[in-house]
Amino acid sequence: MKTGGGIGWILSMAWRDSRGSRRRLLLFVSAMVLGVAALVAINSFGVNLRRAVDEEARTLLGADLSLEADAAFPPEVEALIDSLGGRQSRRISFASMAYFPRTKGLRLVTVRAHAGDYPYYGAVETDPPEAAKTYLDGPNALVDRTLMRQFGAQVGDSVRIGRRMYRIAGQLLKTPREADAAMLFSPRIYLPIAGLDSTLLSRGSRADFEVYFKFDDGRDVEALGEALRPRLRRADVGVDTVGEVRDNWDEGLTNLYRFLGLVGFMSLLLGSVGVASAVHVYVRQRVETVAVLRCFGARAWPTFGVYLTQAVSMGLFGAFAGSLLGLGVQVLIPRLLADFLPVDVAFSVSWGSVALGVGIGLGVTVLFALLPLIGVRKVSPLLALRSAYEPEREKRRDPLRWALYGLLAGGVTLLAVAQAPRPLVGVGYAVGLAVVFGLLAAVAKLIMTLARTYFPSSWPYVWRQGLANLYRPNNQTLILMLALGLGAFLIMTLFLVQRTLVRQVELSGGAGRPNLVFFDIQPDQLEGVTGIIRANGLPVIDRVPIVTMRIAAIKGRTIEDLRADSTARLSWAHTREYRSTYRDHLTDAETLVEGAYIGVMPEDADVVPVSVERDIARDLGVALGDTVVFDVQGVPMTTRIASVRAVDWRRMQTNFFFTFPTGVLEDAPQFDVVLTRAPDDDASGAVQAAVVHAFPNVSAIDLSLILSVFEAIFGRIAFVVRFMALFSILTGLIVLAGAVIVSRFQRIEETVLLKTLGASRRQVLRIVAVEYLFLGLFATLTGLTLAVLGSWALAFFVFDTPLVVSPVALLLALAVVTGLTLGIGLLNSRGVYERPALEVLRAEG
Amino acid sequence: MPEVLEVDRLTKAYPSAGQALTVLRDVTFTLEDGDTCAVVGPSGSGKTTLLGLCAGLDSPSSGRVRLCGVDLGALDEDARAQVRNRYVGFVFQSFRLIPTLTALENVMVPAELRGNREARAPAVDLLGQVGLGDRLTHYPAQLSGGEKQRVALARAFINRPRILFADEPTGNLDTETGEKIIRLLFELNASAGTTLVLVTHDHELARRTGRILRLRGGEVASDERLRSEPAAVEKEAGA
Repeated sequence: MKTGGGIGWILSMAWRDSRGSRRRLLLFVSAMVLGVAALVAINSFGVNLRRAVDEEARTLLGADLSLEADAAFPPEVEALIDSLGGRQSRRISFASMAYFPRTKGLRLVTVRAHAGDYPYYGAVETDPPEAAKTYLDGPNALVDRTLMRQFGAQVGDSVRIGRRMYRIAGQLLKTPREADAAMLFSPRIYLPIAGLDSTLLSRGSRADFEVYFKFDDGRDVEALGEALRPRLRRADVGVDTVGEVRDNWDEGLTNLYRFLGLVGFMSLLLGSVGVASAVHVYVRQRVETVAVLRCFGARAWPTFGVYLTQAVSMGLFGAFAGSLLGLGVQVLIPRLLADFLPVDVAFSVSWGSVALGVGIGLGVTVLFALLPLIGVRKVSPLLALRSAYEPEREKRRDPLRWALYGLLAGGVTLLAVAQAPRPLVGVGYAVGLAVVFGLLAAVAKLIMTLARTYFPSSWPYVWRQGLANLYRPNNQTLILMLALGLGAFLIMTLFLVQRTLVRQVELSGGAGRPNLVFFDIQPDQLEGVTGIIRANGLPVIDRVPIVTMRIAAIKGRTIEDLRADSTARLSWAHTREYRSTYRDHLTDAETLVEGAYIGVMPEDADVVPVSVERDIARDLGVALGDTVVFDVQGVPMTTRIASVRAVDWRRMQTNFFFTFPTGVLEDAPQFDVVLTRAPDDDASGAVQAAVVHAFPNVSAIDLSLILSVFEAIFGRIAFVVRFMALFSILTGLIVLAGAVIVSRFQRIEETVLLKTLGASRRQVLRIVAVEYLFLGLFATLTGLTLAVLGSWALAFFVFDTPLVVSPVALLLALAVVTGLTLGIGLLNSRGVYERPALEVLRAEG
Repeated sequence: MPEVLEVDRLTKAYPSAGQALTVLRDVTFTLEDGDTCAVVGPSGSGKTTLLGLCAGLDSPSSGRVRLCGVDLGALDEDARAQVRNRYVGFVFQSFRLIPTLTALENVMVPAELRGNREARAPAVDLLGQVGLGDRLTHYPAQLSGGEKQRVALARAFINRPRILFADEPTGNLDTETGEKIIRLLFELNASAGTTLVLVTHDHELARRTGRILRLRGGEVASDERLRSEPAAVEKEAGA
């Protein structure tokens, strides 16, 4: 029989050896629990979400099939619609100003005018419920709940859309196809099509025309959709089927919950680092035991097996506890994301996600624990005779260690890829994490080296002792740097990016810049609108004429040609409607990149020299000198790219993809945009009311409205992300507590010795305080510095805007995290001083 | 009598500051079944190094160790562990009990490692022999130094080793307790017929063995044979 430890011995030894450490082991593994919980909650929610989307796919469209165009359907399409049969409903959607006379409230809204029984699946939920049906019977309106609340409107009040007054029949609670968050951008008002003010749909105004079908003859609607798409594409009519809508939502929502999963994944990794660190210390404390076992004949692998068994047990406990907690947290997620979801997500346990969570939790715990554990194989039995120094070289040479590093990197990347919306994002995420971890670890090493090299020998004893604890054997500098630094980095990056984006919007409405835009002004209304603005004491900062047009041909090939050519790259940029202007100058938001801006149409030219925006030029595949033929509302106009411009789209002003020289489009059908600046909300409200009252088809956008919408949306997203980041922070705190407790065990002997040599409680506590003060300060400072750098990179490369740094927030974060570290450190050190020296020395011996 | 331990021109050197520091040089001796031998010498003379090499805890730079007929140099670490488990017992100066195991469990460990499922009864018996029959479930932290070393003695004999290595077994104990431990050690050793290698600073203690190997600067300074009958040792120790 082969001696040296069989399975039975490994199991019983693992159980016996864990005595006295089980509570500590559970604390270490609890760092994993939150990460697993986050993953299980998010993934389980994701499964339920997909099921809900699948089950409610018909209600997402509200019909079997829909056709959509951004202009009234041409006669041949109307004929096709008639031929399709089934039950049909019509809907026209457009932006308009809504005016509430009783409270004098005025706001840009999305009007949805309906005729027919749409939705056929699902329901429009209203208060009172019967209003969802009865509003079509007369001049009634259903008004979005948030809008009602904003203006203090009540059912029975009036609302004016265009020149028509409607009675509010009920408030809209839930509508098919629309998530609540969309309401923030533009609240909805439902009206009957019959009696709609036709001036609202005048030339130049944007409107979407839709027809919804319900077929009771069981025909294959997906096949019908496939058949209709190529025919209707030519007429710029889009076709939606239940399958298409479901796929779109599936994709979008999968991205959403997977992104949240990545945030959860971060806390799992942080917890893993905590576990690795704790196991490292745990193994170090077991070296003598291992040496004794080896002396008495234990082979290397069974000895390693004892500690692997403990790690697996820890991992299993953490994974199961995390999964249970995750299922609890899952109840919260639909509430958290309610604004972004088009369907109600019911709670049910996704066993697949639980199994995945348990698997990932166990796998990650064991993988990270293995790093310190494999050292057990190399413990020499000679250590039982004398404490020998094990050369680091041997550690580095261990091929298993390198294999583990590879496995860890591969495993983490694989997990990140599995969790990310796209594989490349997952790889980027893993690399980013590695960089942040690496930087934090490098700073930790640097601090230890600097503290040792430039040790302040003249400082008082307590300070020197506390500082020296940063680099002495058994120090916790590295793990605390990782835990605290990562937490501070995450939270502060999120905060700074949010601040930067909000500030960017605020800045765009800075002094002297327009903050109120009136659009859809017909040429004959221009004088009236500017007159009202001036009469209200406000300046007309700019007046911009706008002509709508489409591209008919590009570089000698018509759009029809391009459509027919399957090898041609045809994008939305080719088929969209362009709103262009004409002027003889560049604005301060524009920079000439190539060519020369020609402001006035040359008399002898055959083609019109136009200027194109850089990005759309890339999408269209056009360059300087290329010809583009526009269809200007029925009139073909040949143009040549004379210049390429870069446009700062963040400016609160009218920007264009194409600009024309003066002397060409003046006689084309057009409408105007007028920009002004109102000093405050009252002045803004007054001038909007006056303009809309006189010209109901004119709409207005107030910068403060955009700001508030932006803040509301970002606030909700940030709340969701912060909720997930909370897992990382709590994990960080648990890792911190674990690390502090580990060091408490390590420092207990030292404290007793200091006490024996005459150190007072105050001195002992001050040494602890100094150590954790330095740790907290250094870790937070590093995390915050990385956050500033990371936010700067995001602001510069992604958002193309200067970073807004908030010194107050940075100082506050520094104080809070350092304070927490100090507090936990001191809390854990209490009681150490009171323990009798003999008891301590015996327990440790 | 068959040779239990054959040490042949044993040398051990460590790299130190770019040079080899030789801590043991050309040590040769043999021990037969039932022999008792003390290794004495000043600190740094190589006593513990010699003990570690003889027990297969370390590998020599040159030379050879045969333990119970097995050439340790030909074995890897795991194979040496099996040899130790089969033939060797240890008693350490600082007891080296596993703190998370009770006294009984500590004693059972070597037998369990051998795959012995009936280790409890002999372990209880041994603990009774060393006077700790009422301390079976106590943990090391609940025992005095003398009690710890008695548990270590019981553990050393649980597998009925052919050779026992004791490294300063009384070094951490007061004189009175140390004396009791030594008496116990010799009694157990004699009754089991085990060969004993005892590393000590204590010349009085060394003289109770049958042979004294004096080390100085890593070399054998003298090899003094006091008596050849282990039974005489027992008698003297018991006297």
